[in-house]
Amino acid sequence: MMSSPSAPSVDVLVIGGGNAALCAAIEARRQGASVLVVEAAPKVYRGGNTRHTRNLRCAHDEGNEILTGPYPEDEFWDDLMRVTGGETDPELARLTIAESKTLWDWMNGVGVRFQQPLGGTLNLGRTNAFFLGGGRAMLNALCDTAENMGVEIRYDTSATALDIEDGFFKSAVIEGPDGPQTIHARALVTAAGGFEANIEWLKEYWGERAENFLIRGTPNNRGTILRMLLDAGVEPVGDPTQCHAVAIDARSPQFDGGIVTRLDCIIFGVVLNNRCERFYDEGEDFWPKRYAIWGRLVADQPDQIAWIVFDEQAVGRFMPSVYPAISAPTLEELAEKLGLDPSAFAAEIGRFNAAVVDGDFNTEIHDDCRTEGITPPKSHWARRIDQAPFHAYPVRPGITFTYLGTRVNREARVLMQGGRPSANIYAAGEIMAGNVLGRGYLAGIGMTIGAVFGRLAGEGAARHVGN
Amino acid sequence: MLGTDLQQEAERQIVICNACRYCEGICAVFPALQMQRSFVAGDIDYFANLCHDCGACYHDCQFSPPHEFAINLPKTLAGVRQESYGRYAWPAALAPVFARNGLVIAVIAALSVTAFLAGMIMWNAPGALFSAHTAPEGFYALMSHNAMVGLFGPVFLFSIFAMLMGLRNFWRDANAVRSVSGEAPASLWQAVKDAGSLRYLDGGGAGCFNEDDKPEDKRRLYHHLTFYGFLLCFAATSVGTIYHYGFGRMAPYAWWDLPQMLGTVGGFMLAAGTGGLMAAKKRRLPDLVDEGTKGMAMAFLLMLHLTAVTGLGLHILGGTPAMGLLLALHLGVVFALFLTMPYGKFVHGLYRFAALVRLAMAKRVGLKTKVAA
Repeated sequence: MMSSPSAPSVDVLVIGGGNAALCAAIEARRQGASVLVVEAAPKVYRGGNTRHTRNLRCAHDEGNEILTGPYPEDEFWDDLMRVTGGETDPELARLTIAESKTLWDWMNGVGVRFQQPLGGTLNLGRTNAFFLGGGRAMLNALCDTAENMGVEIRYDTSATALDIEDGFFKSAVIEGPDGPQTIHARALVTAAGGFEANIEWLKEYWGERAENFLIRGTPNNRGTILRMLLDAGVEPVGDPTQCHAVAIDARSPQFDGGIVTRLDCIIFGVVLNNRCERFYDEGEDFWPKRYAIWGRLVADQPDQIAWIVFDEQAVGRFMPSVYPAISAPTLEELAEKLGLDPSAFAAEIGRFNAAVVDGDFNTEIHDDCRTEGITPPKSHWARRIDQAPFHAYPVRPGITFTYLGTRVNREARVLMQGGRPSANIYAAGEIMAGNVLGRGYLAGIGMTIGAVFGRLAGEGAARHVGN
Repeated sequence: MLGTDLQQEAERQIVICNACRYCEGICAVFPALQMQRSFVAGDIDYFANLCHDCGACYHDCQFSPPHEFAINLPKTLAGVRQESYGRYAWPAALAPVFARNGLVIAVIAALSVTAFLAGMIMWNAPGALFSAHTAPEGFYALMSHNAMVGLFGPVFLFSIFAMLMGLRNFWRDANAVRSVSGEAPASLWQAVKDAGSLRYLDGGGAGCFNEDDKPEDKRRLYHHLTFYGFLLCFAATSVGTIYHYGFGRMAPYAWWDLPQMLGTVGGFMLAAGTGGLMAAKKRRLPDLVDEGTKGMAMAFLLMLHLTAVTGLGLHILGGTPAMGLLLALHLGVVFALFLTMPYGKFVHGLYRFAALVRLAMAKRVGLKTKVAA
């Protein structure tokens, strides 16, 4: 059992270095297995998309010093059904929600610290536990705990080949700073994320449009391990064509721009494409319910770019973001700065302004500020854009994660095509989140799925090794 | 934003922090910056002085270098902080002292010790330096109580005045665009509690960082030893002064008497605390260190350390022929410490305290934006 971790054989090999991977590593080590974690990123960028997370959603029957009130399992279930429209494996969803109740204590036990949410935009203080210092701080605690327990973590090390025979994992080739090495392990936990950073793969479904996508998280989620598993006969789950896409600042870095690139101001203005046309109802519903459709909407525009345009009245009403708005004293000058046709730009805003019906502006409710006689309409929060200076943010689709994954059972073991569970391959985190979250998004649920299935995977892998 | 290069760099980072807010539970800086949408130079100095340099946000940040957003607030704010001491110094002509602080303080300390030594030799009988320990009036045989008060009193009063003027400058700049007013007594008390417990040198409860990415730093303990040791030493001197003028009880005092007890305990605490802080400073993760601030911090710690060590030396070896030399050394160091107080790291405590008061007021009554004339 206690073979030296630097020897080419280990009980449990964990591929990935985020929340799910570390939860699996800690749990497997607790059960007595020797564990090697291979993380493709260098240490400073370890943890994939966990670095960019902020909280985890967990059911609980009573509030505590951080969580402001009870969040019963049934309510969690209703929330999940609402966002997925039922696209979930009900058994695994129930399991996730039930197990989420134990996460608070488990996370505290491995040194993760929580805080009260103070200045966020969404009111999640009751349903979600916020990490003190954010996801990277949480991940630092997990890594510390794992290493103190004797888990070996190798950075800059990716798995480049998996030897899988008839659903049975035998060995993996890993490539690190010291070159390639074959590692034999008695169980494999795959927690290596989705494929959203693999533009070529996205192109299979999105075509050339994917060239203009920005990836909000790690550049390492290239789906390499997911592809290897599917090629080895693991049954897929989730719609491969779907991804969680929001509209983010077009000036953001190609990868890893994270939370600060988000823009929460669409309901305060209008959104124009590069033909100076509006293309969707900016005031259809409250922002938290609509923000996740805008990535797809912008992806469908020419050159996958659009501009949120607003006036001085809106300034200071939404969360600040990383880049300043582009501003000008007149609409025509603003259009010049954006590289758009000034007269077409001003004409479109003019058409919108002429259609605005006055009402009582109130972002707390579906107010009666709307347009009449234009398509698309702006159903709520419509105000004339007429108070100089005028402002704009350029936006592009920002991809958060993909839904395609490996099907798993309630032990986190991957299922082979035909439904037979693999003997010793487990999956946790974004690579299998599609089992539970087949569509949509619920704040903090990625971390819930990662932690719940990470623990199950680690526990199951260690149990398999022990047998 | 207008300001120095460092202030502009800090503003660049703070705008990103204000969009992220993941660190809002770590310390006072983030809740403070989240109260605003735009920042002027005075705001940046205020945030810089709120920062206790615990290092947590650097390790927690998903945008630390080598990420292109290159967020490193502990280092950047340390640089701004040091600059700000010069900006607010009174008289302004002495601001350059902060630029080469280590050197200036070392020279002043050396000159001060030499002057005391020379003075004691010249004003006393030949050989008195090495025989005064047998005199009934103790070290007052070498320098009378009145001479000490006459020398230290004015310097001390000047230093206090200069520091109050510095505080006034800081407060004016911090409130130049957004001002706070009201709830001052409660806010002062809040700041006393926050500063006295070093509430924000704790990574929000997870601990501080120093040489690596583990929150196991002991600087909070060392700082408590230093600060409370310093206060005990100060109390020892104050009690001695009260004894002297109030009750006509002259030094030297017996070992069990209050001035001796306070001074001894305080001296050991101060020596240990400053020693710990100096060692921690040497080990500090280079990524977090603004090179320009090192000299000032070390000079101040060394002066406090020497004050404690020479004071303890005097206490222990006061009955030996070494007393005269130790007295000259101790008085020289203390004199230099008092003289340079407004022009060295000592002021960090004042500006940080003022920043904590301002935050407490802002939390209670909010910020008012002044309308441009």
